[in-house]
Amino acid sequence: MEPQTKRRSTLKEMIELLMRVIFTVCGFIAIAFVLIITVYLIISGLPAIREIGLVDFLFGTRWASTDKTNPAYGILPFILTSIYGTAGAILIGVPIGFMAAVFLSKVAPPKVAAVIRPAVDLLAGIPSVVYGLVGMMVLVPWIKDTFDLKAGDSLLAAILVLAVMILPSIISVSETALKAVPKEYEEASLALGATPLETYFKVSVHAARSGIAASVVLGVGRAIGEAMAILMVAGNSPNMPGLFRSVKFLTTAIASEMSYSSVGSLQRNALYSIGLVLFLFIMFINVMLNLFLKKDKE
Amino acid sequence: MKQPVASPVSTEERDCRKLSPRRRAYEVTMRSLLYLCAGITCALLLFLIGYILYRGLPGLSWEFLTSQESILKKTDGILPAIQNTIYVIIVTLIFIMPLGVGSAIYLTEYASNRKLVTAIEFATETLSGIPSILYALVGMLVFCQFLNLGKTLIAGAFTLVIMTLPTIIRTTQESLKTVPASYREGALGLGAGKWHMIRTIVLPSSIDGIVTGCILAIGRIVGESAVLMFTAGMSTAMQDFFGKGGLFKSSGATLTVALYVYAKERAKYDLAFSVAVVLLVITFGINLCAKVMGKRMKGNKGGEKK
Repeated sequence: MEPQTKRRSTLKEMIELLMRVIFTVCGFIAIAFVLIITVYLIISGLPAIREIGLVDFLFGTRWASTDKTNPAYGILPFILTSIYGTAGAILIGVPIGFMAAVFLSKVAPPKVAAVIRPAVDLLAGIPSVVYGLVGMMVLVPWIKDTFDLKAGDSLLAAILVLAVMILPSIISVSETALKAVPKEYEEASLALGATPLETYFKVSVHAARSGIAASVVLGVGRAIGEAMAILMVAGNSPNMPGLFRSVKFLTTAIASEMSYSSVGSLQRNALYSIGLVLFLFIMFINVMLNLFLKKDKE
Repeated sequence: MKQPVASPVSTEERDCRKLSPRRRAYEVTMRSLLYLCAGITCALLLFLIGYILYRGLPGLSWEFLTSQESILKKTDGILPAIQNTIYVIIVTLIFIMPLGVGSAIYLTEYASNRKLVTAIEFATETLSGIPSILYALVGMLVFCQFLNLGKTLIAGAFTLVIMTLPTIIRTTQESLKTVPASYREGALGLGAGKWHMIRTIVLPSSIDGIVTGCILAIGRIVGESAVLMFTAGMSTAMQDFFGKGGLFKSSGATLTVALYVYAKERAKYDLAFSVAVVLLVITFGINLCAKVMGKRMKGNKGGEKK
């Protein structure tokens, strides 16, 4: 009897040990993935930058990757378009989203909020190509007619689509932050004679400011990383940004040329370099986001 | 929570008359702005849904969902896209479930080093912040080129595994945290090993959270387009999944990619809108499921506390 139970217990111990190893490996998988992504983007992004030259690549204003005689690989138009487009989306989306969040968390009767909240969730879940499709069929012709342009595919259309797309994340993150404000703050303000609205805007919003800031940063991340929706409405010509010009973003520059550039060519390598630049932008935004969220927790 | 909001509303109008003109102006502007912005949000959604239904519903029929595109028969169908979507979902889930749940278990049950946990959580955050176009690039480099899978649905599914990992880890972790410590102590006190305890006590009690994670992951997979466009191909023809090497070599467009192809490259707008209706219905269903599961999770937690 005895050796058998001993054997069984060693078997058990081995299984325990095996599972511990397996789970540990699983635990590190996220770090491994981040490393793989980083390493691959750097390895594949650097050659083209080295060949073109960092300054020419980042600050060159002409992108003509398919020009056989005089190709140029300057991505300043893409960088500026991404920045302008994101800024525009934030300018339109944040005020609306912020106000809607205040409405949802403080003013709205519970029944109304119970209807709007799932609606916002639905808005967040709609695939980006669907936004692109509606933008393409509704917004683009509208812009063309209203501003009397040759084509409605423009930075403006992209900004409007992006503004709608970042709205749900801004609303839900701000709302969570506003709801977490201790009730005592608001009660104290009301007791001092402030009206409810004054209380919400001067006390609650102030107390939830880092959460609201996080929502803005999240919106920036969304807007700068979006590709498919704006691929369908922005026109995709490598112009310097102008509100009514057809433009390319960092993301759409990659998306629009990736399918027809040949493997190993400078054009394709330059696309990887654009990916690297985009990655650096996103990492910067992630670090900012983490800072804000950490502040919020404290 | 509702009381302080509800009661001032009734006294508010009385208060308003006593306020100085400046404060009253502030009150009126802010209130109208609030209602305006909430109204804009709702109007946007109503318009989006209404317009998509208006354009897409006429083209929608049983035949549309169950046939493929054919010039000879003059039919438009999205069966291939639906099949591809289901295939990608299944393959992704098969790989993501053990990885994501295992990772969450390590974080909540095994990891003892605080700094390590922070590092892993930061990595997860980073993964969820990376835009899909970069996943598309990396997926193409790693799976299609380096591992030589080519543009196949399976390469797309692998890329989606990386992308949906944060979703699964986070939701599983949340639900693992709600399992009371007393359960674990009880099991360990009775002499169970750690794995035994996890298998029999922790996992069954947190199954709701894992299912919620899966639903959210499916939502992301269904909505994803950039990744699949560059790793899984854009063909809208029927795939022979069970033919020669079909499971690993077939490539094609999922619903979102098919929508893009119809809208941008073939100018079949009504078809695209019909696909959009299908996507809307799926999104709505997923949101509903996630909500029901979330409620169940909360209900369970409340029950355990008693």
